[in-house]
Amino acid sequence: MSDAEIPPLPEATPAAKPVPESRSEFLVTSAPHLAAGVSTRRVMFEVVLAMVPLFVFAVYMHHARAVVLTAATLAGCLLTEVLANAIRGRSQASLSDGSAVVTGVILAFSLPPSLPPYMAFIGGVVAIALAKAVFGGLGQNLFNPAMVGRAFLMVCFPAAMVTWAVPVPLQEIGVDATTMATPLYAAARNEAIPAMSDLFVGTVGGSLGETSALLALIGGLYLVMRRIADWRQPLGVLAAVAIFAAIAHRVNPAEYEGPLFHLSSGALMFGAFFIATDYVGAPITPRGRLIFGFGVGVLVMVIRVFGAYPEGVMFAILIMNALTPLIERWTTPVPFGGHVAAA
Amino acid sequence: MIGTLLDRFRGLKSFPRGIHPPHRKKLSEPRPIELFIPKGPLQVPMVQHLGAGCTPIVKPKQEVQYGEKIGDVEAFVSAPIHASVAGTTGAGIVAVLPSGRRVPAITLTPAAEGALPVGFLEQFLDRNWDGVEPTSFSPEAVVQGMRDQGIVGMGGATFPTHVKLKRDPNRPVDTVVLNGCECEPYLTADHRLMLESPEAIVVGLYLAMHAVGAKRAIIAIENNKPDAIEAMRRAALGRPGFEVAVCATSYPMGGERQLVWAVLGRTVPSAPKGLPLDVGVVMINCATAHCIARAVVRGMPLTHRVVTVTGRGVARPGNYLVPTGTLFSELIDHCGGLTDEVLKVVAGGPMMGPTVPHLNVPVVKGTSGITCMVDAETAHWVETPCIRCGKCVDNCPLHLSPTKIAHAVKFRDYAMANQYDMMACCECGCCAYVCPANIPLAQYIKAGKNQQRLMAAQNKK
Repeated sequence: MSDAEIPPLPEATPAAKPVPESRSEFLVTSAPHLAAGVSTRRVMFEVVLAMVPLFVFAVYMHHARAVVLTAATLAGCLLTEVLANAIRGRSQASLSDGSAVVTGVILAFSLPPSLPPYMAFIGGVVAIALAKAVFGGLGQNLFNPAMVGRAFLMVCFPAAMVTWAVPVPLQEIGVDATTMATPLYAAARNEAIPAMSDLFVGTVGGSLGETSALLALIGGLYLVMRRIADWRQPLGVLAAVAIFAAIAHRVNPAEYEGPLFHLSSGALMFGAFFIATDYVGAPITPRGRLIFGFGVGVLVMVIRVFGAYPEGVMFAILIMNALTPLIERWTTPVPFGGHVAAA
Repeated sequence: MIGTLLDRFRGLKSFPRGIHPPHRKKLSEPRPIELFIPKGPLQVPMVQHLGAGCTPIVKPKQEVQYGEKIGDVEAFVSAPIHASVAGTTGAGIVAVLPSGRRVPAITLTPAAEGALPVGFLEQFLDRNWDGVEPTSFSPEAVVQGMRDQGIVGMGGATFPTHVKLKRDPNRPVDTVVLNGCECEPYLTADHRLMLESPEAIVVGLYLAMHAVGAKRAIIAIENNKPDAIEAMRRAALGRPGFEVAVCATSYPMGGERQLVWAVLGRTVPSAPKGLPLDVGVVMINCATAHCIARAVVRGMPLTHRVVTVTGRGVARPGNYLVPTGTLFSELIDHCGGLTDEVLKVVAGGPMMGPTVPHLNVPVVKGTSGITCMVDAETAHWVETPCIRCGKCVDNCPLHLSPTKIAHAVKFRDYAMANQYDMMACCECGCCAYVCPANIPLAQYIKAGKNQQRLMAAQNKK
């Protein structure tokens, strides 16, 4: 059947559309007439809200740098969004949906605190331009924009991206240096690692907003309880990391740290609750989301244990983003009552 | 899944997924059923059921008695139409059904005096069914009684009940489920009927069991209606094989696939072919059961039904016993008229009911309510891009992927839509309800299903 033979839809658009006054006294629409009223903007606002404690902690750890870096990525993201909308001839409505803000904050949190602000700005521009706008804007991107922005910076500014400033509170207690190794880097080189309590609370060197597993966990659980984030991705990530780390630690305790270290270090907790739960890049099917999370966890550990990089959340997310369409296809639920019988 | 387990733990029957919309039943819930006798002409449609339409068997300007048959047809899948008031017939016209369908109808002007038998409301809600022994009727007599009195499914589908309850030796039925869930927000018609005439419902249910040869009857009611649960429990006391199942208040609990699974754990095969009958179950609405008892035992035709008039757009919400053919306009006038802010008038409840363009629409056998909604209580479908949150997939009670189907329909790729089992959709509207991007998913899917049916019909020609 060619296109020309297909008769038009019975209703031009099923959306609300008043019938001309002469024919109808009331608004005529198709059911349902009720909605939960949780909008995209509301979802994004809740995600930002859940990241506020992490931001406050970042300011405590890095003072003005936290504010400047976050402002730089946000400026990069929002300006690029405006520009992309203008080029594509779209309204600027997408600015208010909050998705670019979420991208900007996640990107800022994943950067080294000492990164020059102009680099952070470039990261924000690349995140929105190359990962989101070119695919067609919100909901169309294959890859997590913040992670693409970060990957771009890793390639362009490799030195700056692995230079970790000593947090201000640590300087105050007498760490006499300007830079330090992150716990994961130390572990990879079999150097001394910080106490587990410091690691969990986040008073260690590392990315701007990712070091506190505790606050990421609190914010993440808030999102899960509010049903903004699904529990399946975080559970998958944490389970995979714990299992993998337990096995590696069992095989060679001297070489590999245990599950608690891996769960509390680097971007893991933040990644599990805030990056892996990003809607667009993850499967829409419930089982798919569990597989996605598990895949992220396994890849993180493969990179941490066998890779050249000490941390692997970014690569793991990007690789699983690429696999999402396939996972979705495999895990599309069978209808309750089976597939529709052939006519 | 976790919600279902919690419900189970609390002793409630439940099903996975689904949603919890606001109930908004308080508007009309406390108001007892009130008889409404229209003054102006009625439009009695000749099609008030699924199946072949009836032919008028009365002439214009003919005097008819209450309950006289005025339309019938030979076809098996159909139900006759009876005069819902005594009066004078007028010219044949084309009436617009609440669904928007245009069908032939007869106008009927009620007699000034004695339009209805004296004591009609008391008779309708009669609670004295003592000494009625349903087994004294043969199954054939039960089915014949239903056919003669024009009984159809009053939950909204209006499928002729005598067809549904006809015994089929190849497909035995062991359980009849009475659907008293009334999971649609706003509506309270079934609730009031269960409170005010539970004995008749139980007798009707018994007759239905007897007709299909089932040994078990399950009365399913959501736990937001504790008084109805109590009333039905009391009415069913001492009837062998009867049980009351308390269901979680979850939408769409009253959907046949959800309810059969919740109370019996059986999976009904997917629509459009699968039926509860495939797993040995027949489900009837409580208003239908009420009519069955009146029809079979007392020979009363289906001429009236309880209609909930509700919503913030109407001055005096309530539950009314209304003759079929009554125009919405007259009933709404009786309820104090519409308020100025009214935006939509929905025939039925807000999750599945169609809107009517004007009030020149008759109440028919399947009209369970008229919901007059103001701007503030309705959804506004301003579509934004899908953010792939998967909430429609998470909440679809039939485990479909609504966003995939809706997008296929949007791009007119019906093959793709069918790949995602579009025709299995029950149109409950959960997907559109939860969508944060405000995409009218259910509406797209319904448009796709209509298109699919049209194309299938064209291919047959």
